[in-house]
Amino acid sequence: MFWFLAAPGTFWLVVFFLAPLAIVWALSFGEQTSLVDTEITGTLENYVRAVGTPVYLQIIWKSLWISAIATFLCLVVAYPVAFLISFVRGRWKMLLLVAVILPFWINLLIRTYALLAVFRTRGFVNFGFEWIYNTLWLDTIFGRFQPLELLYNNFSVTAGLVYVFMPFMVLPLYASIERLDKSYLEASLDLGASQTRTFFRITVPLTMPGIVSGIILVFIPMLGAFLIPDLLGGTNAQMIGNVIERQFKAANDYPFGAALSFLLMYATFGALALRAFMAGRKSGMEI
Amino acid sequence: MSESIISIRNVTKTFGAVRAVNDVSIDIQANEFFALLGPSGCGKTTLLRMIAGFTNPSAGQILIDGQDMVAVPPNKRPVNMVFQSYAVFPHMSVEQNVAYGLQVVGTPAAEISTRVANALERVGLDELRTRMPGQLSGGQRQRVALARALVKQPKVLLLDEPLSALDAKLREQMQFELSQLQQDVGVTFIIVTHDQDEALSMADRIAVMQDGNVDQIAEPGALYEKPANRFVADFIGKVNLFDGEVSGTQAGKLTVETAVLGKVHLTHDGEAQHQVCLAIRPEKIRISKTKPDVEGHITTRGRITDWAYYGDCSHMFVETENATQSGAVRLGVVIQNDTRDAVDALDIGDDVHLFWSPDDMLVLND
Repeated sequence: MFWFLAAPGTFWLVVFFLAPLAIVWALSFGEQTSLVDTEITGTLENYVRAVGTPVYLQIIWKSLWISAIATFLCLVVAYPVAFLISFVRGRWKMLLLVAVILPFWINLLIRTYALLAVFRTRGFVNFGFEWIYNTLWLDTIFGRFQPLELLYNNFSVTAGLVYVFMPFMVLPLYASIERLDKSYLEASLDLGASQTRTFFRITVPLTMPGIVSGIILVFIPMLGAFLIPDLLGGTNAQMIGNVIERQFKAANDYPFGAALSFLLMYATFGALALRAFMAGRKSGMEI
Repeated sequence: MSESIISIRNVTKTFGAVRAVNDVSIDIQANEFFALLGPSGCGKTTLLRMIAGFTNPSAGQILIDGQDMVAVPPNKRPVNMVFQSYAVFPHMSVEQNVAYGLQVVGTPAAEISTRVANALERVGLDELRTRMPGQLSGGQRQRVALARALVKQPKVLLLDEPLSALDAKLREQMQFELSQLQQDVGVTFIIVTHDQDEALSMADRIAVMQDGNVDQIAEPGALYEKPANRFVADFIGKVNLFDGEVSGTQAGKLTVETAVLGKVHLTHDGEAQHQVCLAIRPEKIRISKTKPDVEGHITTRGRITDWAYYGDCSHMFVETENATQSGAVRLGVVIQNDTRDAVDALDIGDDVHLFWSPDDMLVLND
């Protein structure tokens, strides 16, 4: 009887997610017959073009790299934060959690624009550096402070990605550290391991589920990000998301855009399958 | 007096306004099986955690083998702990768990494998060495925790409520095995427990704790037969207590006025306050349907109101004739069913005489 309750949700998923996905997938095997018409002919031409043109592979490769670096930075920054939150007690815990979630209440576009104000040549970071520079009297030695070019390069894109996706890393990490029985850590210390050793041999392995979910939650959307590289990277630091967007809009080449999208999807599926395979092999250690 | 392996000197631990441990001093001898016994919240676990080094005393000193431990972190202390939850690492096999404590201090691989094998054999887990903890029962996991601690050859093994998670049958078996193990390895064991049977059956000496204070440190027999105060008497075993007032003292003799028993004459050396409490253990009370012909015994009469049959013995409650202001007094009596017809001899509703020797009675200060 209760499956009725799931009907609206199922309907929603089928009509607005699965069906469009299927259409895009079908389109990736199509070709343009005129300026406005596209026909699905079952051709592999779009994939051949995507894989065969070095510039697209390069940009996919670069997107993977930027996402990987940004994910790693997210993990390194988020882990201590999550650790701290799970160890503080009472209202501090609540406040810190709210602080992590707070950015969700502000529109992504506005937050990204705000980053422009932070990173531009007359932005807050440069102001800060200039202040330190002048306070140390360095301007009398080296001359006027030269603002750093922080925007429209891979740095600004990576920084933007790390900033925007940080909460998605903190929350699963927090959940798994919170669940971790702290007596494992005490037992490790008791057995003679140092704090560092305890961290790498006990804490990290036992919070691996959180680490993996965090990485998946952050890495996959980063790979497809287009707003952040568009605003912060400009034309110098594009990611695959920008290229796909351009195929659908400016270039009006739906089949090629679809093929690029699905190349990304296949890569993602591949990574997830690999993770499932690895998890399956180690299932004996599940808690 | 032999040298003490652990010396707890005037240790106090406060958490905010709460005094979890209050000026406690205990000396524990090498190779002793020592129990910290008390109800939950009495500070016994806090004391154990201070010995292990997970928390530091607010005041006082802890010496292990003559060395002050206050500035020493847990990973540098010559003690190892068996946790209440066992804390067996779930991502390591039995063997890896036991080897962990040796690996992290850089023990050579060859030595690790022999010591791990010995430790596993000692706790009877040699056949499960490659299992993951998820595939083990609670009792087996506890053995892993034991082997993991013992393989470090600690000077002192700390056990935090080691048997509380086991079922009754296994608990009894483990009590026996732990005593055996302690004698075999010759390591000082300190066990924390709230279960008096556990402490009485295993420990050489017991410290009874209450609200952060140590009320008494004694051997099990002395603790049961000569409790230091009302709390210890009540906490260790079952006891019948009578409030009374001392009405006369002379040369080791004491006369106490009680509501239920009337005037009682006792031999008692040592101090006695004006208000005292008289105690008699249920198994020391004799019961009879007819008026007993005994000289110098304390006697009272009553009716059996409750009966619990335990096979080897029966516990019963007898409501006495002489009620106090707070109502009728119920005395617990234990009788041994040492003959087959013993169980039929008495029944609920029977009027009985109770009597016992004044020598079995204790005078307790609060």
